[in-house]
Amino acid sequence: MGLTNQSTGLMAFLNDLQQEAYQKAEGLVALAGNPNTGKSTLFNALTGLRQHTGNWPGKTVTLAQGIVDCQGKKLMAVDLPGTYSLLANSVDEQVARDFLYLAKPAVTIVVVDATCLERNLNLLLQILELTPRVILCLNLVDEVTKKGLQVDKAKLAELLGIPVVATIARENQGVLELKETIRQALDGKIKFNYQCKSYSPEIEEAIQQLEEILKSQLPEDLNTRWLALRLLEGEESLLTANGGRSE
Amino acid sequence: MNIDNGKQQLILGEAAKIRQGLSGKLRDQIATTVYQEVEEITQQVVTKERPQKDWDRLFDRWVTSKLLGYPLMLALLSLVFWLTITGANYPSAWLAKMFFGFQEVLSGWFRSVGSPEWLHGFLVLGVYRSLAWVVSVMLPPMAIFFPLFTFLEDLGYLPRVAFNMDRLFKKAGAHGKQVLTMCMGFGCNAAGVIACRIIESPREKLIAILTNNFVPCNGRFPTLFAMAAVFMGALVVGYNSAMGAFLVAGIVLLGIIITLLVSWGLSKTLLKGEPSNFTLELPSYRVPKVGSLIIRSVLDRTLFVLMRAVIVAAPAGGIVWIMANIGIGDQSLLAHIAGFLDGFGRLIGLDGYILLAFLLGLPANEIVVPILIMSYLAGGSLMELDSLAALQRLLLDNGWTPLTALNMMLFSLLHFPCATTLLTIRKETKSTKWTLLAAIIPTVIAIVVCFLVATVARLWG
Repeated sequence: MGLTNQSTGLMAFLNDLQQEAYQKAEGLVALAGNPNTGKSTLFNALTGLRQHTGNWPGKTVTLAQGIVDCQGKKLMAVDLPGTYSLLANSVDEQVARDFLYLAKPAVTIVVVDATCLERNLNLLLQILELTPRVILCLNLVDEVTKKGLQVDKAKLAELLGIPVVATIARENQGVLELKETIRQALDGKIKFNYQCKSYSPEIEEAIQQLEEILKSQLPEDLNTRWLALRLLEGEESLLTANGGRSE
Repeated sequence: MNIDNGKQQLILGEAAKIRQGLSGKLRDQIATTVYQEVEEITQQVVTKERPQKDWDRLFDRWVTSKLLGYPLMLALLSLVFWLTITGANYPSAWLAKMFFGFQEVLSGWFRSVGSPEWLHGFLVLGVYRSLAWVVSVMLPPMAIFFPLFTFLEDLGYLPRVAFNMDRLFKKAGAHGKQVLTMCMGFGCNAAGVIACRIIESPREKLIAILTNNFVPCNGRFPTLFAMAAVFMGALVVGYNSAMGAFLVAGIVLLGIIITLLVSWGLSKTLLKGEPSNFTLELPSYRVPKVGSLIIRSVLDRTLFVLMRAVIVAAPAGGIVWIMANIGIGDQSLLAHIAGFLDGFGRLIGLDGYILLAFLLGLPANEIVVPILIMSYLAGGSLMELDSLAALQRLLLDNGWTPLTALNMMLFSLLHFPCATTLLTIRKETKSTKWTLLAAIIPTVIAIVVCFLVATVARLWG
C-alpha cells in the first residue's frame, strides 16, 4: 500500500502508459527541468501534434505525453512537472521524482535555462544521482549572449560526463541535434559517465551499510545508493511505493 | 517486484538505526555538497563576457518597487479591462444582431411547417435564445481578455505580481504563491483550485482553495462587464468605457481585499499556523510570440470555456422557458419561485429573479445573465434584445436602479462557486466539510456585503 502511488495516481499513469501507446513506442523519454525554462515548448517541438494530456485518477497526475520520432525510432516522451528539486516537498516534485525512480525512462532530458545555469544545476545534479542516463539541454542559448554571458558547452559536458545539447526551443533550433543525441543514447553509442559526488566519510559509511542490506533484500535493477540516501533522510514512502507496484 | 511487509520493516528499521547514528541533519549536508558542486561547475563553465546593463533587474526595480508596484498592477489591470470592454462592444452588438436576425428566420421555419407553439417556444425562445446570448455576450470579451492575459503571463509579469503581493499574503497568514493560483482563477476557478497544488503546506493550500472563488472567473467577467456598462450608463451622463473599466478593476480589487481578509480570518481560526517561507524565481522577461499566443489562448481557453458555457446554457434555456410557461394559478412557475425569493432579494438590494438566476446558474456562472434576461422577457412583452442599450431598457423596465446593478456585481463576485469548482474542491480536499465551507463562506459574505450596501444606499436615500 504505497502512499506515493495512492496520493499521486502515478501507478495508474504508468499502467496507462504500458497499456496504450507506450506499447507501440520503443522507449521512454522523460523531460524534466525547472519552471520557466521552456521545457514545455521543447516538448511541443519534439512531439509536434502527436501528444495528449492525460488525466489520471487519484490525486490526479496531469502529464502530457507524446511520441517523438528519433530517426525512425518512435519514443514515448513524458513532460514532467517543472520543479526546482526532487525533494518531494510538493505533489509536483513527488510526481517528478517517483516517475524517474519507478518508470525508469531510457533517457531523461533535463532542460535548463542557459542564462541562469547555476540556479538550474541543483535539479540536474539531484536527477543525476538518481539516473545517470541524462542528456542536458541548454535551452535559451540565444539569450546568453544577449546577457553578456558565455557558457562553455564542451567543458560542461566534460565535467558532468553527459551529452550537452544547445537549443532555442522557441525557434526549433537544436531540436534535430537533440533527437540525434537521444537516438545515439538508445543505440548505446553514448557513454554516461557522471561521477556522483562523495559526501562526508560518515555519510558514505552510512550509505554503504544500508546499501548492503538493500542489495540483499531488493531486486537488482534499483539504484540502491539513491534509495539509501532517501531512506536515511527519512523518506519511507519510497519503499512502500515500490511494494505497491505489483499489488 | 514485491517487497513484503517483513522486508519493509527490516529495511526501515535498519535505516532508522543508521540514521540515528548520524550527527547533524543529513538533508542539510547533502544540500551543502550539491551546492558546492553547483558552484564549482558554474565557475568553470560560465564567464561574464562584458558587464552589460541588466535590463531585467532595471525593470524589476520599478515593477516590484514598494512605491510603483501596486499602482502599476492596478493600471495594467484597468488597461486590460478597458481594452476588453471597448473592443468587445462592437462585435457583441454585431453578433447579437446576427443571432437575433436568425431567430426570426428560425421562427419562420417553425411556423411554415406548422409546428406546435410549445415546441417553437422551447427550442427557439428557450434553447436557441439563451445560446445566442451566451455566445454574443461571452465570446467577444473572452477573445480579447484571454490573449491579453496570456500576453502578461508569457511576458513574465505574473511572478512579479506574486512578488509584490507576497508581503500582504504573509500578513494574512497565507502563502505568497496563492497569488499565482488566483491568477489561474481569473481564467477558471476550477483551474485555480487545481493550481493550489503548487503550495506545499496543506494549511496554506486549503486557504488558497477556499478563497479562490473571490477572483472573478471568465464566467463572471461578462456579467461584470455588462453590469458596469448598464450601471455607469444609467448613472453617469456621458458614460465612457474607461469608467466601466475602473469599476470592474475596483470590483476585482475588492475581491482581492476580501481574499486577504478571509485568508487572515481562516489562519486565525480554523486553519491556524505561521506562513511558510518560499523562494520565488523571477524569470527573465521574454517578448511573447504573438502567433502562438493567440492560437493558444483562443483554442485552449476561449473556445474551451465557450463550449462549456454552451453545453450548460442550452438545457438551462429550455428549462427556464418551461418554468416560465407552466402556469400555477394565474402565474407561471418561474414567477411563483421568484416571488417567493423576492422579499429576501429586495432586502439585499436585488430581486427574486436575480436570486433565482444565481441559483439556476450553479452549473456555470456564464448563464446567470442569460437566465435573468430570459426570465424578464418571459414576464413582459417580447422584445428584440440586440444591444446593451436594449438590455439597459429591459432592466430599467423591471425596476432596476444603479444599486441593483452594483449589488448584482458584488453578488456575482462574492457568491458560491459554480458546481464544477465545488466538485474540483471536493476532489482536491477529499473532504465534504471543506467543500461545504467553500460554498458557505462566500455566500454569507455575499449576502452580508450586499445587505450592507443596500442598507447604506437606502439610508442615503
